[in-house]
Amino acid sequence: MNSFGNIKTIAKRELGAYFTSPVAYVFIVIFLLLNGFFTFMVGRFFENGQASLSGPFFMWHPWFYLFLVPAVGMRLWSEERRVGTLELLLTMPIAPWEAIVGKFLASWLFLGLALVLTFPVVITVNYLGSPDNGVIFAAYVGSWLMAGAYLAVSCITSAITRSQVVSFIISVVACLFLILAGFPPVINLLQNLTHHGQWLVDVVTSFSVITHFEGFQKGVLDSRDIIFFLSVIGFSLFTTSVILRTHRTS
Amino acid sequence: MIKVENLTKIFGAKRAVNGVSFSVERGEVLGFLGPNGAGKSTTMRMLTGFLPPSSGRVTVGGYDIVEQPIPAKKLLGYLPESAPAYTDMTVHGFLNFTAEIRGLRGDAKKAAVNRVVDLCFLESVLHQNVDTLSKGYRHRTCFAQSIIHDPDILVLDEPTDGLDPNQKHEIRQLIRKMGEKKAIIFSTHILEEVDAACTRAIIIDRGVIVANGTPEELRRKSEWAGAVTLRILGMNPGAVQEKLNQIRAAKKVTATANGSAVIATVFPRSAGDGDLTRDVIAATNGWQIVEVRTEEGRLDEVFYNITMPDTKAADRSAKAGSQG
Repeated sequence: MNSFGNIKTIAKRELGAYFTSPVAYVFIVIFLLLNGFFTFMVGRFFENGQASLSGPFFMWHPWFYLFLVPAVGMRLWSEERRVGTLELLLTMPIAPWEAIVGKFLASWLFLGLALVLTFPVVITVNYLGSPDNGVIFAAYVGSWLMAGAYLAVSCITSAITRSQVVSFIISVVACLFLILAGFPPVINLLQNLTHHGQWLVDVVTSFSVITHFEGFQKGVLDSRDIIFFLSVIGFSLFTTSVILRTHRTS
Repeated sequence: MIKVENLTKIFGAKRAVNGVSFSVERGEVLGFLGPNGAGKSTTMRMLTGFLPPSSGRVTVGGYDIVEQPIPAKKLLGYLPESAPAYTDMTVHGFLNFTAEIRGLRGDAKKAAVNRVVDLCFLESVLHQNVDTLSKGYRHRTCFAQSIIHDPDILVLDEPTDGLDPNQKHEIRQLIRKMGEKKAIIFSTHILEEVDAACTRAIIIDRGVIVANGTPEELRRKSEWAGAVTLRILGMNPGAVQEKLNQIRAAKKVTATANGSAVIATVFPRSAGDGDLTRDVIAATNGWQIVEVRTEEGRLDEVFYNITMPDTKAADRSAKAGSQG
């Protein structure tokens, strides 16, 4: 109960910080513009004539997140270290994991809010046809979980360095790996390179967010996919706590 | 209230803090002195649980800061050296946040915030963003944060750094007043603060405690302690010096002309010798003396004598090492 209160206090502060700086508004506007542009112009939503969002709308999310989520996550810990508030935070009567979870949850909720604000596209597709709203809901859940996985990776990189720019670049590269591991051209390349059968390809693709996001887009809430995203988040937050501890001991 | 035993911190090959032990009880204000880089901040970071010690133990109100950090940290208020505060919040928002994380809710939180706003004179900047504050206000905001839960133990790392003389005075008064009911440790390199606020002082140099005592005890280590200064009319410095040198308890005599007067100082053979004044007055019988003053001793000189020889020795050995 006490942990819950601490996490809530930390998350509330962090969320407030997003909205007092321009970061939140810039992020939301760009996210919505990108979604609109790619869905209707590049994804040819109208020309397709299908009452579905998985093709024209959700397929872009892994790529949007590649740049936008590290931009949200880069300041999480690097800013605390640069300004020195880390010293304040870690001498408060709270456990370090509560601070880590609180800050992560705040950013994740913020990303969820940006995602919810794409609702006009759901209204549009419902107005034009009769889509399976269950599938759309599942894809939203998947998209949010995927954003969480990217964000947790950004948590690690922002704990590594005081510089937000360095944090941003490293986490883009790390997230790019999470995408490329399941990107068809890369899979083909791997298949041509290895003659030892399918297992290596399977191992690599199982690390990809794209592979695990596919099911959600089809409306399948597979527990393995959910566990994949949650374990990426859990592992990354644990790594963040280890990094923060090492900074203090060395 | 707070007890430090054999505290050591090693960064790489450097021993930043080396076997430091002391304790502070309620009602004490401990001044932590030392040159820059002596290990003051590192020690304070270990006391407050930010840095884990390499070896040694810190207990706060009976709780080990490493083993039971949460109950220990509840008793502590801490002002870090750089006085950090969340720059994207208002002063009011920041204080509310720290009150909440200290477990204060509702009316108790409101009362706590109002109390520290009054104590630290933050009323006029209450709704201003922290990053727009001047250094003094930011410092006071962070100071307010450290006392928001009325802690039993306060650890303040250079609490008067960057403040103007009036603010310095206010903060010292506040520290002294709070020190009656709390255990306070504060670091400084301003020696006058030791007199202004401390009941006891520790001098730390290159990670080791080199002196520990009340301000009076420390001052008594000075060669100025018990020295007698005279202002004499109608004599020349040479004659004054010759006569005063005959006093047996005098270690050294200086005499300089100052306008029509001579200012002479007689240093005692043993520091803090109370008899010296009597001897000086006896020896100068019949002189035209306009002023007599017995010196209390100078902290800056004690500080210099204790910390400088080591630094010089370190320089010498470093040089010898590079030659050999």
